Amino acid sequence: MVSRRLIEFLVGVFIILGVAALFLLSLRVSGLSAYSAHNTYKISAQFSNIGDLKVRAPVKVAGVRIGEVTGITLDKKSYKAVVAMAIDKNDNNIPTDSSASILSASLLGSNYISINPGFEDEMLKSGGVIDETNSAVILENLLGQAIFKPKDKKK
Amino acid sequence: MINRIQQLGAMGIQTFGRIGISGLFLLRVIFRWPRVIRTLPLLIDQIYVVGVLSLVIVVISSLFIGMVLGLQGYNILEKFGATPQLGQLVALSVTRELGPVLTALLFAGRAGSALTAEIGLMQTTEQISSMEMMAVDPLWRVIYPRFWAGFISLPILTVIFMIIAVYGSYLVGVDWLGIDPGQFWSNMQASVNFRIDILNGVIKSIVFGFVVTWIAVYQGFYTKPTAEGIGRATTKTVVYASLAVLGLDFMLTAFMLGGW
Repeated sequence: MVSRRLIEFLVGVFIILGVAALFLLSLRVSGLSAYSAHNTYKISAQFSNIGDLKVRAPVKVAGVRIGEVTGITLDKKSYKAVVAMAIDKNDNNIPTDSSASILSASLLGSNYISINPGFEDEMLKSGGVIDETNSAVILENLLGQAIFKPKDKKK
Repeated sequence: MINRIQQLGAMGIQTFGRIGISGLFLLRVIFRWPRVIRTLPLLIDQIYVVGVLSLVIVVISSLFIGMVLGLQGYNILEKFGATPQLGQLVALSVTRELGPVLTALLFAGRAGSALTAEIGLMQTTEQISSMEMMAVDPLWRVIYPRFWAGFISLPILTVIFMIIAVYGSYLVGVDWLGIDPGQFWSNMQASVNFRIDILNGVIKSIVFGFVVTWIAVYQGFYTKPTAEGIGRATTKTVVYASLAVLGLDFMLTAFMLGGW
């Protein structure tokens, strides 16, 4: 029979291993999101078509991730998609006349929001709205345009 | 004809009766005033037997499962030139499905069967009856610590399984097959969500731990007190626990993917 103290020690090691594994999983594997509620501020934008955009998609400026999409709802009057975003508090220098567009990371990749900074001196605050938006590019629409345009020109 | 129907009915009544008995048994084990100081040493002993001694098989199998996933995934992803996505492939499959399910199956085979055999032998050699004679509640002394030990150990084992499988695939993918380690981790971190993937996996393992130890302890306690009965109870534990784990896994996955 293993001695009492050894058993207790081994059980302690077992539990520590479990906690350490969970810790590693959260930091190493999932890269637990740094965008929690208190060090971000919220802005929103209306798009006429968001394509394949999903909640938690990244929000980028010049390719650098500054926040993420927190919610997507439909505006009942204008039939536009309202995308709520949480932006890191350190990146509080987005001009009010910036434009937002939905791009895709690669042909098969998921969509993200890219913000093009404008020139105003006034910056977006919490609850701010980006007015100028470019909708997602839908591959099928592009294909349709490419196929039917030459015919139209001939007429 | 009527006899057949009658047999069917008797079988149904028996089955439901057994489910009822096991449910009552579970309630009697769980709902009791906790006596922390007196049960803690027993609980630690059982965590040692059930959890720590299962660690070796869990670690070794998870390492190899991670390595195999790495190899297979690499060969398939290579066709699409998407080998850096290996981390994502392995991490998602391990945290969502393979981790909880395989650990629970291993646990049912390694610890569940041992629990049943141990309690069954106590029952057969009338140790449990003699405890009752001495006014020691066997549910307290025998069942309670074993049940909670299994319930606590399985999630810990599952988490260890997940992380070691990920590192196993890292070993194969990055060290042997030459994927860029930065891409391996960043693709994994971009796609694995702590709440949706890891926590749901842990929730699954908690449910499995509950069910597997419940079945093991119940089968042991209600063994037919013969040598054959112990063998049969042990087999039943492994079979029922495995089936319950696989069936529950489907239901839990359906709930979780349904945005629950």
